[in-house]
Amino acid sequence: MCLAVPARVESLDTAAATAMIDLDGIRKEVSTQLLDEVAVGDYVLVHVGFALERIDAVEAAKTLALFAELRARDADR
Amino acid sequence: MKYVDEFRDGDTARALAGLIRAAVKPDVNYRLMEFCGGHTHAIFRFGVNDLMPENVSFIHGPGCPVCVLPAGRIESAIRLAEEEDVILCTYADLMRVPAGKHDSLHKAKARGADIRMIYSATDALAIARANPERQVVFFAIGFETTTPPTAAVLKIAKAMQLSNFTVFCNHVETPPAMMHILSAGEARIDGILGPSHVSAIIGSHAYAACCDTYRVPLVIAGFEPVDVIQSVLMLVRQINAGEARVENQYTRAVSEHGNQKAQALMAEVFEQRPIFEWRGLGSLPESAVQINSVYAAFDAEKRFAMQEISTADIKGCICPAVLRGMNNPDECKLFGTACTPEDPKGACMVSSEGACAAYYSYGRYRTAGAEQ
Repeated sequence: MCLAVPARVESLDTAAATAMIDLDGIRKEVSTQLLDEVAVGDYVLVHVGFALERIDAVEAAKTLALFAELRARDADR
Repeated sequence: MKYVDEFRDGDTARALAGLIRAAVKPDVNYRLMEFCGGHTHAIFRFGVNDLMPENVSFIHGPGCPVCVLPAGRIESAIRLAEEEDVILCTYADLMRVPAGKHDSLHKAKARGADIRMIYSATDALAIARANPERQVVFFAIGFETTTPPTAAVLKIAKAMQLSNFTVFCNHVETPPAMMHILSAGEARIDGILGPSHVSAIIGSHAYAACCDTYRVPLVIAGFEPVDVIQSVLMLVRQINAGEARVENQYTRAVSEHGNQKAQALMAEVFEQRPIFEWRGLGSLPESAVQINSVYAAFDAEKRFAMQEISTADIKGCICPAVLRGMNNPDECKLFGTACTPEDPKGACMVSSEGACAAYYSYGRYRTAGAEQ
C-alpha cells in the first residue's frame, strides 16, 4: 500500500499543480500539491496519483558510492 | 529504471550479505521486525532471507493497512453502499478483504452495490463531480503515506463546495502502533527496519521516542532489496555496539523532519482520533486520525450517522498473532489450504503485501522443503 515508484518529471502545470511524469515509458499526470518545489527533470516518488517527495540525487549518489565501497571491503575480506 | 535497478543489483546484495555474515556474533540472535508490508514483500520476493546468516531472522510487522483494518469497518462500508445507495470508491486492495459472514466489498458489488475501484483519491473526486445527483463516499485507508492525498482531495472538495462527496476515514499512524508492539513485549525484537515512505512524510525524528523508551535500534530502510540488506547491516552494527538510535539508510527520500507541506495539509484537515480499533492489536488510543470540525460536512461517519460494528474474526485464522509478530503465517492451520490468495480467509492473505500472501507467493515451498 505504501509503495511509491520513482518517476521523472517531464513537464509541469503550475496553475493546476500537476506534473506529467514518465515511468519507464508510461506517461501519467500526477498531483504536485504535496511538494514545495519541483522542476522538470527531477525524479519524484509517485503514490496513488500524487508526487510524495523529490528524490535527492546527491543523497542517492552517496548511497551508491557507499555500496561500491562496501563491495570493495567485502572483496578484501 | 533509474533509482530502482541500481538498488536491486545482485552482486552488491551478495557483497553486503557477506559483510553481515562477518559482522554477526555467533552467540547472538538478531530478531529484526520489518514494520512495513512493503519490506516483507521485498524480503521474500528477492530472497533476502536466504542471504542472511542463521541467527538473523525477520519478524513481520503490522504495517499493512488492509491487514489491520477490522472487519467491522468493511461491514460499515458495505452497509453504506447497500442501504444508503451511495457510490463507494475504494483502493483495489480492499475489495476482497473478508468482512463478517463471508461477505466482502467484491461480493456486495456482485449483488449490485455501486462500488468502484480507484487508483487515486482524485478519481473519487472526479466521480463525485460527474454524478452530482448521487452521494459519493471515498473509503480511505492507509498509513501516513496515503493520508496526505486524502487531505488534499478534502481540501479541494471544500473549496469547490461539493455537497455530494464525503470520506470514510480509516487512516492510521505508524509510531503509536510501533510503540504498542514494543510495550506489549509479546515478540522479542532486537531491531526495527523502519518504513520507507511513511518516513518520507513524517521524517526520521518521529521514531526517536520509540528508540529511547524501548532501547531498540531503528533503521529507516528503502524498499529495494539492497536498501534492506544495507539496513540490516546497520542494525547488526548497532546491536553489537549496544546502541539504540534512529538511523536513516533511505536518505534519498527521507529527511529528519519529513515532508512539512504534507504534514501541514494533514494538520489542516484531520485531528487525532481518541481511539481506533486495529485488527490484531485491539483498540489503541491516539493511533489514528479523523476529519476535524472544519471539514465535518465531508465526514461520511457524520453525514450517514454511521455506527461502530464489531465483527468476530474468522475461526482458526491467526492473522491477529501474525500482525503482532508472534507467529509466522505457515503456523496457521488455514494457511495454503482453506486460506489462499484466490480465496482468502484472513486479511494478511488478501493484500499482496500481507505476510501470509508473501509466504504463499514466495516462501511456502522452501519452508516445506526444509521440513522434509
